[in-house]
Amino acid sequence: MTRTRTPGISRRSTLALMGAGAMSVAAPWVARAQAKTIKIGMPTILSGRVAQLGTSSRNAVMLEVDKVNAAGGLAGRQIEMVIRDSKGQPQEAARVARELVNTDGCEWLIDGEASSGSFAVHEVARDLGVLCVHTCSEASSLTADPKQHVPNAFRCVRQGIHDSIVGGSYAAAISKAKGLKKWATCSPDYAYGRDTTGEFTLYLKRFAPDVEIISESWPKLFQPDYTEVVTKILQAKPQALYSCLWGGDLTSYIDQANIYAMFGQMEVFAVNMADYTALTVVKNLPKGIHSGNRYIKSFPTTPENAAWGDAYKAKYNEYPTNWSWQNATAVMFLAEAAKKANSTDGKKIAEVLKGLTIKCPFGADGTVTMRGDDHTLVGYAIGWGTTIPQEPYVPEVKAGDWKTIFELEAEWKKSKGYT
Amino acid sequence: MDLDALAGCLSSSACLVTQTTSGLIIGMLLFLVAVGLTLIFGVLKIVNFSHGAFYMFGAYFAMTAYQLTGSFALAMLAGAAGTAVLGLIFERVFMSRVYGADVLMQLLVCYAFVLIFDDVVRLIWGPEFRSMGMPAAFQVMPLFIAGGVVPPYYLLLIGVALVAAIVLGIGLSRSRIGKVIRAAAHNPGMVSALGINTGLIYGGVFALGGMLAGLAGALAAPVRSLTPGMGFSVLIESFIVTVIGGMGSIVGALVGALLLGLIRSFGSLGFPLFTEGLMYLFMVIVLVSKPTGLFGKEAA
Repeated sequence: MTRTRTPGISRRSTLALMGAGAMSVAAPWVARAQAKTIKIGMPTILSGRVAQLGTSSRNAVMLEVDKVNAAGGLAGRQIEMVIRDSKGQPQEAARVARELVNTDGCEWLIDGEASSGSFAVHEVARDLGVLCVHTCSEASSLTADPKQHVPNAFRCVRQGIHDSIVGGSYAAAISKAKGLKKWATCSPDYAYGRDTTGEFTLYLKRFAPDVEIISESWPKLFQPDYTEVVTKILQAKPQALYSCLWGGDLTSYIDQANIYAMFGQMEVFAVNMADYTALTVVKNLPKGIHSGNRYIKSFPTTPENAAWGDAYKAKYNEYPTNWSWQNATAVMFLAEAAKKANSTDGKKIAEVLKGLTIKCPFGADGTVTMRGDDHTLVGYAIGWGTTIPQEPYVPEVKAGDWKTIFELEAEWKKSKGYT
Repeated sequence: MDLDALAGCLSSSACLVTQTTSGLIIGMLLFLVAVGLTLIFGVLKIVNFSHGAFYMFGAYFAMTAYQLTGSFALAMLAGAAGTAVLGLIFERVFMSRVYGADVLMQLLVCYAFVLIFDDVVRLIWGPEFRSMGMPAAFQVMPLFIAGGVVPPYYLLLIGVALVAAIVLGIGLSRSRIGKVIRAAAHNPGMVSALGINTGLIYGGVFALGGMLAGLAGALAAPVRSLTPGMGFSVLIESFIVTVIGGMGSIVGALVGALLLGLIRSFGSLGFPLFTEGLMYLFMVIVLVSKPTGLFGKEAA
């Protein structure tokens, strides 16, 4: 077979044309940087099983953006949010993020993706050099692992390792006080469930060395029925149970465990219980479930936090989620950084963000900090408490100690080879 | 693998009772969904991929009725009756147009409706998960039988499913209408020639199948969270049940569902990391040794 060249546009010239086109599409933000409004792109999950969390992220961002715009915008420029659905798929999140910058002319990104998608958006931020703030991924490695470091990317999210340290020490204290030595675990069978449970038990055993894990259950994510898991745990007769099930899976589990009267037979530690998405849905919430704070307007117990929770509810007719406060905090950070830099230039903002401390309703002491060396949020309110069936759902939360968190986190980073 | 735990359980009456009832609960709900699937396939020769949606609608109908009336009985009735009507409309308006069409066409229509029904639920009830809540009458301490724990609600659930199975079994084998349905499954042309409205039979069977799935959804609503797309995982397990039991066989669906329930409940003790795999492994073994399923008939 011989190849013949057809007359007309050659392959080489077509490629050259395409290349030129791609170049002009790839760097539009350079030309648009001086536009009056500043566009901020946000990929998040607006459809599918966790749409509620993505919607609550969007709501929180808009609540804060409206405030910033009313106060004159970012260095004199009004914010225009461009928010797109990634359907919770990493490849779609990366595509949307790229499109937001390249086609829509967004100058910054707020990444409202769960862990799987945020790693994809992180690479887009690295590639395009665009300022990016992750607002939903709790996977510690995103910022703890130096290989992941991107100078223009920050994480404004609580972190798995922080939660595990606080949860482990809280649970250990209760274990010692009540003599809870036999523990069972029941968590969803995927990366988050495995990692979080592993870290929690690691710190539980560190603080209470005589604790023994006598039964483990790993139901699959979104499993409709947990009966066999419930009865298996009942057979093992543990004194305490840890679970990081969340959302609809957690409420199903509680309903099904309730009719076996499980909550009267053991202490239950469900890290994701104290989130309004679960608290307001469960019809017969048992009293006395131990939970970490996700977002709850009664913790931190400050008028600022309560007012923020009420303002959100007044506007959207539902309570905020854990993703909400994180997204709101991201906008607060960006606004403060723009004020300090008196600019909207991504590089300048990134410089100011490093180590920046701002006043924030969700801070343990009324402030939160964007730690300079690993670009991650610290100083946020973190603690554990027990549930009651009606508002305020978790009346008292025992706050975690950030000094201990920092010490153990540094140790953990070392053990992982991150430092 | 934790065979000690399994052996320990098998030698303890308390554990045996708890795990067996747990298996029966999972199995009976699965049976209600699977039997509708197998019935529709047996008579209409259609693999109804949208069957999980009826389970979902049953749960949502029950929740709404319960919120409006506070009556558990009315909630169950709403779940079953609502899905029966939905099934009838769905069959008459849409499915009846693809009888005899390419399997791929039938599959596409069903799949399209899986997506449409999920979005309808999202539009009406919202995208977030919901919970119906356990009726006060069943918020009681579980029963202790031979040391094993059995929640009263689950006894009701098993009872209702069992009654449905018996009525269905006797109805199809003894009653006149049952005989007509079986005849229509065997030779619809002849049934039609005898002056019987086969369209009505087909619609009725689809409504019955939908109603059973809806009843399962309604019974599950107090203990499972309601979310758009909740029918999908149940549908997959129902397919495993029908494949194990034999497509088109009601007894097969019952046996398959109960076996699957027991595999889950005892498998979670002995093979905690392989419970799901165990179901598929069992399906493979059945398919290899008897390709038509345990109670399936050889193709003519």
